[in-house]
Amino acid sequence: MKNLAMRAVSCGIALGVGLGLVSSLAVQPAQAAWQPQKPVEFVIMAGQGGGADRLARLIQSIIEKNNFSNQPFIPVNKGGGSGAEALRYLQDKAGDPHVIMATLNSLYTTPLRNPGIGVDISKFTPVARLAEDTFVLWVNSDSDIKTIDDYVAAVKAAGSEKWVMGGTGTGQEDSLVTAMLEKAYGLKMTYVPFKGGGTVAKNLVGKQITSTVNNPSEQLGFFEAGRVRPIAAFTPERIGVFPDVPTFKEMGQDLVYYMQRSVVAPPNMPKEAQDFYVEVFRKVNESAEWKEYTTKKALNRAWLTGDDLMSYFVAERDKHHDLLKAMGEIK
Amino acid sequence: MDTLVHLAGGFATAFEPLNFGLLVLGCTVGLFVGALPGLGSVNGVAILLPITFFVPPTGAIIFLAAIYYGAMFGGAISSIMLGIPGASTAVATTFDGRPMAMKGEAHRALVAAAVASFVGGTIAVILFTLFAPPLAEFALRFGPAENFALMVVAFATFVGLSGDDIPKTILSILFGLILSAVGLDIISGQPRLIFFDLPGFYKGISFIVLAIGIYGIGEILWTLDSSKGRVEIAQHKIGFRNIVQAIIELRKTWRTMGLCSLLGYFVGILPAAGATPGSLMAYGMAKSMSKNSKNYGKGEINGVVAPEAANNAASTGSMLPMLTLGIPGSPTTAILLGGMIIWGLEPGPMLFITHEGFVWGLIASLYTANLFTLLINLAFIPLFIWVLRTPFAILAPVIFVLSLVGGYAPGSSLHDVWLILIFGIAGYLLRKLNYPMAPAVLAIVLGPLAEKYFRQAMIISHGDVMTFVERPLSAVFVAMAAVLVCMPIYSALKRRRAAAG
Repeated sequence: MKNLAMRAVSCGIALGVGLGLVSSLAVQPAQAAWQPQKPVEFVIMAGQGGGADRLARLIQSIIEKNNFSNQPFIPVNKGGGSGAEALRYLQDKAGDPHVIMATLNSLYTTPLRNPGIGVDISKFTPVARLAEDTFVLWVNSDSDIKTIDDYVAAVKAAGSEKWVMGGTGTGQEDSLVTAMLEKAYGLKMTYVPFKGGGTVAKNLVGKQITSTVNNPSEQLGFFEAGRVRPIAAFTPERIGVFPDVPTFKEMGQDLVYYMQRSVVAPPNMPKEAQDFYVEVFRKVNESAEWKEYTTKKALNRAWLTGDDLMSYFVAERDKHHDLLKAMGEIK
Repeated sequence: MDTLVHLAGGFATAFEPLNFGLLVLGCTVGLFVGALPGLGSVNGVAILLPITFFVPPTGAIIFLAAIYYGAMFGGAISSIMLGIPGASTAVATTFDGRPMAMKGEAHRALVAAAVASFVGGTIAVILFTLFAPPLAEFALRFGPAENFALMVVAFATFVGLSGDDIPKTILSILFGLILSAVGLDIISGQPRLIFFDLPGFYKGISFIVLAIGIYGIGEILWTLDSSKGRVEIAQHKIGFRNIVQAIIELRKTWRTMGLCSLLGYFVGILPAAGATPGSLMAYGMAKSMSKNSKNYGKGEINGVVAPEAANNAASTGSMLPMLTLGIPGSPTTAILLGGMIIWGLEPGPMLFITHEGFVWGLIASLYTANLFTLLINLAFIPLFIWVLRTPFAILAPVIFVLSLVGGYAPGSSLHDVWLILIFGIAGYLLRKLNYPMAPAVLAIVLGPLAEKYFRQAMIISHGDVMTFVERPLSAVFVAMAAVLVCMPIYSALKRRRAAAG
């Protein structure tokens, strides 16, 4: 009796182990291709309605529409403190495979200016750089300013007190571009930080501010409605959608600045999860919607991933360190 | 006239079978999403966005707008039934909705919330239909100075409340303002008030955490304390007749409904504010204008009507800057914006010209979404009331768990859960000492906005505070705020003189 029972038990164990083996074998391929187990938090490092926000929401829609991910990507804006809020959040999510972040150049500038937040971007997990965005100098179309010479004259006539340049955040892209512009033409103006490019655009149309250096995507709607006027572009060559707008380079000023549109993940993200997100964004990069949008909105498609992306991040951070130092923003 | 022709075309679109089906489905889903604490219209719209890729853009936006609308109605339900705000926009609804439910008048509060939401939404969509372009232009005149002056008016409505203890109200506002300063400085990004160096404080203290703590946990403690555990909520079975009667009784609140709808709509169209500040401001305004403001906070029906009319009006209002300027007025409209971009519809000044059919279909569906959400909501009221018949010994733990889950869900952080417990205990103690808590909630919502606008205005004016009175629009708001603050002082003086003479 006892023997029989023993045999039954050992049979059971054997069967169990066997089944376990089979099932673990069956699971093996699924494990190789990691997939998110719950909705992915897609942190946006800027406020609503700006270039970064619109782009992230477009990417979310492309992912949803084409089913690039089994779980939805939920966009969350954390634009406070020039993105410091988002950076700190991502750092604190170390190892979490369900958080990624849409980022821009404040990835470099914000930690440089606020060592207090204790963020080291070289620890982040690189996912992908999708594009480089361009900058254009804008004024309200009710103003008489048509060329860069008019602009320089107008700023000088108004004086630094009255000439108000609006931009996104302090010590990040827009204020860097403004400082470059000031230095090149010997100008002085008042710079006011807002939470996102959308608000900046609205304030230009509402005449609360007198000029902006918004990205084309942030200003295009108002441009098409004839409410704002582009004066010059911060690009090496003319932008496709504005063939009549000269570049600063044409006018003898070496003013060129790009903004990255990249995606990063928290430090120590598991390799399988990183691979999953790189694959998702590779598909986004190749989608028809993405190609159409980037052409229409004057973005340069600039795919980069893996270690190359990390070395790009580090190189750019060093470049911004020098830029900020020259501006007197940091010591 | 043109507008009416467009609108008629829009209705034809909205009543196409597919669009209409999506509308009813969206309203129902939204109602329940809104009623669950921690799951607001943002989550609802974001999760359901993929569904919309299977239908044409007009149907898709109708579906999403219906969810948005349904959630606006639904937020009030858990505010009233459980005392936990179902969504951030429904925080002010707990102030009087919960006391009404405790008095056995839950059905009246629910009906008031539903009808007020309907009225607010409808007034807003009518204004939208008639005056969208000029209103969008008007909103553009709001720079940082005007926005700050408007925030001052909001604070003044709370300070100037007759009946409340004014020093305690001010202390409560200051408490909220200090909490709102926690986190990263909005202009420079420097960390501020990071208590015990806990990383959770970097993101600031979300006001939904404060509101759930005070109204969810604090409420349970208060109820247990005041009833010594023997809680009896006089709640009878509710029939169709009671509901009709409750609707008829709402006649008395038409003034509050109308005014708060206008206020809410106005606040909603400003791209910066949104429905939550709108509903809090409406509550403050209704209270300060009421003859029996003493009853507010104790189960005054106007206290339910005011925020509900305003939050629906504001949510329609926030569609306006999204469609005409491409700037979302709220997190939910930001997701709608994302959807529209992928459907190839670029919101902005040109949308009304390039995609006329889409815009008018959307506007017409707002009318119908409003009506259907009202009907669905009224039909479910007996079911909601049934929840209240559950014994308190069962209901209290359920509320407790829902409060914690509701606080955890938006930020997925345990830090927030601890804060909720702390705020719950603090809120209960402050309530025992007769401190009004609503001003603290208002302050934590408006504090960061007010600070940002003030500092932007100061940068533009180079530190000259006269900018707030030199600019005509902001001068009007500053004057309004001054009147609101002086009113109670004046009436107190008059009372004293009458007593002396």
